[in-house]
Amino acid sequence: MKIAVCVKHVPEGPARIDPGSKRLDRSGEGMLNRFDANAIEEALRIKGDGDAEIVVVSMGPASAADTLRKALAMGADRAVLVSDDAVAGSDLLATSRVLAKALEREAADLVLFGQQASDGDGAVLWAAVAERLHLPVVSQALELTLADATLRAKRQNEFGYDVIEAPLPAVVAVSDAINEPRYASLKGIMGAKKKPQDVLSLADLGLGPDDAGDAGSRTEVLALAAPPARGGAQKIEDDGNAAQAIVDFLAERRLI
Amino acid sequence: MSVLVFLEHHGGELQKGALGVLTKAASLGEADVGAVLVGGGVRSLADDAGSYGATNVYVADDASFDPPLPQSRVDVLAKVVGDHGYETVMFANSVLAADVAAGLAARLDAGLNWDLADLVSENGTLVGKRPALQDSVYVDVGWRSTPRIALFRAGSFDAVQTGGGAPQVEDVAVELEAHSTGAKVVDQQLEESTGPSIEDADVIVAGGRGLGAPESFALAEELARALGGAVGATRAVVDAGWYPYSAQIGQTGKTVSPKLYVALGISGAIQHKVGMQSSSVIVAINRDANAPIFEFSDLGVVGDVHEVVPKLTELVTQRKSA
Repeated sequence: MKIAVCVKHVPEGPARIDPGSKRLDRSGEGMLNRFDANAIEEALRIKGDGDAEIVVVSMGPASAADTLRKALAMGADRAVLVSDDAVAGSDLLATSRVLAKALEREAADLVLFGQQASDGDGAVLWAAVAERLHLPVVSQALELTLADATLRAKRQNEFGYDVIEAPLPAVVAVSDAINEPRYASLKGIMGAKKKPQDVLSLADLGLGPDDAGDAGSRTEVLALAAPPARGGAQKIEDDGNAAQAIVDFLAERRLI
Repeated sequence: MSVLVFLEHHGGELQKGALGVLTKAASLGEADVGAVLVGGGVRSLADDAGSYGATNVYVADDASFDPPLPQSRVDVLAKVVGDHGYETVMFANSVLAADVAAGLAARLDAGLNWDLADLVSENGTLVGKRPALQDSVYVDVGWRSTPRIALFRAGSFDAVQTGGGAPQVEDVAVELEAHSTGAKVVDQQLEESTGPSIEDADVIVAGGRGLGAPESFALAEELARALGGAVGATRAVVDAGWYPYSAQIGQTGKTVSPKLYVALGISGAIQHKVGMQSSSVIVAINRDANAPIFEFSDLGVVGDVHEVVPKLTELVTQRKSA
């Protein structure tokens, strides 16, 4: 049994977009996307005391190795980082192409994702990766169990819950309500340094520079602008008459 | 030029968000506005789609499509795009639609821009408007592929009937990919809520931790009743078991855009903000003068919800019965 967990190295603190490149500024300190910690935790929970291998897979700058080490400290066994100057600026499509290639090499029984990236607010990558790998996909999983090469997931949607079964191998994106991620123990942190971490280039994956980065992307950022302002905001202190003030405000706008 | 819209439906009705996106598609001035309906009995919804501006409706009308799974829908859309050459494919965000859009992007090697709040034509080129980094910046995004795939933030557009006539209806015969039929829904638990659903309500009164106790949700319910609205809740109070998940608004709950949003004892954390920020008018009552909710409220009241809300409910009720 092999479980691959896709993780993202995201900027620490408030993210900003570099006005020059129009890309997210990734020059500062980074951290593990917190939603991916739920996916790592779920892999660890499934493994339990068994002998499954958990490999974390990421695409990002060389500094993402630190983030992968955090995943190893939590208990993952091995890390694969696709890092190449040519991957910077990859859009969803290019990212899914690169990750799918890296995952193909692993041939994992289960591929896990967190529910979203905390920086780009993206919450769709798994479906593109599953399509490229020709695997079934389940997202927003609140509960996940495996038995006899079949997964069973409880998925939350706008109308309630679906219980979905799919044959392995499969791709699952877990909800952040699925578990409480553990903190890495001191032993885990010390041990992480000795665990294997591979760094792969695009060429290692059989991809060329046109497959990733700007050249491999099918979307582009054209311009940045300030958001439209919410004009005329008022703030009042309740002096006993606030209820009347609200009624007047609503009546003025024909809301009551 | 031509545009295609994925129309999600539930309980025999087209979803408001999807109809909003169809309204937007029809407003782009393209001669061919296609809509795709997938599921058992969807043919009966085709005329509805026409009334919101669809000129051509493609139906994959088969009960085997009833389970709300994305991958068979990717097969249907890929077939329609392949057969008819649609240049832009539009989706209203939902758990299902996001997975369909991303799967279709990978299948067709097409660019996907998501979380769009608008789509405009600039010098004949379609440009998406995407609020990013907690809406601190608006990003103009473009496509370098045909088709362009656009996934819109829920509540971006009002659904408006165009008075269009009956559309051309065409059956889609599609052979499903092997990997598209792997996942099966083996059980469904639908949460039927009472009162107006929060996605469709014009007025929402939402409560957060600042209500102090689960019993205080009565304040929100009474005000909602007076205003003719629905009750919403933050994730914190849903997690604490004060209110059902079906009322949760925010990143992991529902995204709403009512005409009036009244926030009671809600601090305005990002998790909540993203689910309600496109409301037309936001009124917030919170004891903490520094609560972030005041930064994006049209009217902020620094005060105790237990003092202000009962009076407000009474005044609104008096006014309505006057």
